[in-house]
Amino acid sequence: MTLHDVALQQPLFRVESLTKRYGHRIGCADVNFELWPGEVLGIVGESGSGKSTLLGCLAGHLRVEEGRIFYQGRDTLLMPEPERRVLSRTEWAFVHQNPRDGLRMGVSAGGNVGERLMAIGARNYGDIRETATDWLGRVEIASERIDDRPRQFSGGMQQRLQIARNLVTSPRLVFMDEPTGGLDVSVQARLLDLLRGLVRDMGLSVIIVTHDLAVARLLADRLMVMKDGRVIEQGLTDQVLDDPQAAYTQLLVSSVLQV
Amino acid sequence: MIEIENLSKSFTLHNQNSAVIPVMSGASLRVAPGECVALTGQSGAGKSTLMRMIYGNYLAASGSIRIGDVDVATASAREIIRLRRETLGYVSQFLRVVPRVPTRTVVAEPLLALGCSEREAHARAETLLSMLNIPERLWSLSPTTFSGGEQQRVNIARGFVHGYPALLLDEPTASLDARNRDVVLTLIEEAKARGAAIVGIFHDEGARERVCDREVDVTVFTPKAAA
Repeated sequence: MTLHDVALQQPLFRVESLTKRYGHRIGCADVNFELWPGEVLGIVGESGSGKSTLLGCLAGHLRVEEGRIFYQGRDTLLMPEPERRVLSRTEWAFVHQNPRDGLRMGVSAGGNVGERLMAIGARNYGDIRETATDWLGRVEIASERIDDRPRQFSGGMQQRLQIARNLVTSPRLVFMDEPTGGLDVSVQARLLDLLRGLVRDMGLSVIIVTHDLAVARLLADRLMVMKDGRVIEQGLTDQVLDDPQAAYTQLLVSSVLQV
Repeated sequence: MIEIENLSKSFTLHNQNSAVIPVMSGASLRVAPGECVALTGQSGAGKSTLMRMIYGNYLAASGSIRIGDVDVATASAREIIRLRRETLGYVSQFLRVVPRVPTRTVVAEPLLALGCSEREAHARAETLLSMLNIPERLWSLSPTTFSGGEQQRVNIARGFVHGYPALLLDEPTASLDARNRDVVLTLIEEAKARGAAIVGIFHDEGARERVCDREVDVTVFTPKAAA
């Protein structure tokens, strides 16, 4: 058994009894799950169900008072802050719903990608520019746009740029908050295709929050359904969507308009 | 290879007065390597339900579904994902793909997921697409705009691109012309010859006679109360 095989024998990410409160109100409560290398976990639910709060807690954007979050066996909630920051710049990535939250709008496309590289110590300008150009190509942005600022880009291009900026450091775990929300359907399809390819080729583990069950079906291996801050059902994506067990999931699935 | 014992299934419709609908009980079935079993019974008798349960798409209420060393009825999502990637193939009647992905890649995907090189996976995909008479000019296009028969053949190519030891076939010859029907039946015979255990639904009687070793009428698995 190689070292690589050994790594595949344990979960990359493990969450135990995670609870987040806002005063007396529950953000999310008693969440438990494991994520394995190369796995895509979808978190679905209506707005206000706590799915974005959960994602924020997992990624370290929100303070967590109760529960444990392990990354490669280490409790990220007990990690010193600088160490956690390094983790979120290197092995983790976060794709926001709104590209403006994940990009620096005043910096060129190439700069947006290169900045992440510089943050982990890259210094050679030529190398950085070359890697940035390569990544713009992988997310289907023409290389002659490298010096343009994101605000000159369409919404779909901005989102692809945000993905390039996030993946350039070859992370292992990517958090995504409604990455296809707010995009036209045709633009969404292109992004889904791109994401699927990247997940497979880079062996990424992904936790993706979406309210769009069609997106969840195409991207996620497994689903967690949330309501009022709690996980009410989880399982294989097609099983949860085709044979939902909880009353709420049945309602959610049957409410989707058939195209 | 496929061993089903005492399997039962019911649906609870929470939003319709929590009606409980028992659809199957005491289902048992064994399929040996190299054997092809046809599920029969009238429409609504539970053929597709049984297929979906074997694939892990529907949850079993009780009983076991052993495929190799995995019991689908109790396996974790992760184990089923792996089973589907390596061992258990499924040719459904409908093609569900990400729009915009070229046909060649759609067919090659199961091999890419197994870690095959792109070159090797695409070559195998192209062989199958040629066999199934999908013109080469369509390979770089998404199958979402193809005709029903073409989509069905893309689906079959995708299902046979990897040599799964166990295969589920839902009406594989429906909406195919004589020439393509013959290609599909040959693919099934080849799969049997290499030792695949196959469960299928075939309304096409001639096809059933040519490739199936026996028939199992799923009506006997219908719960008594509902019959």
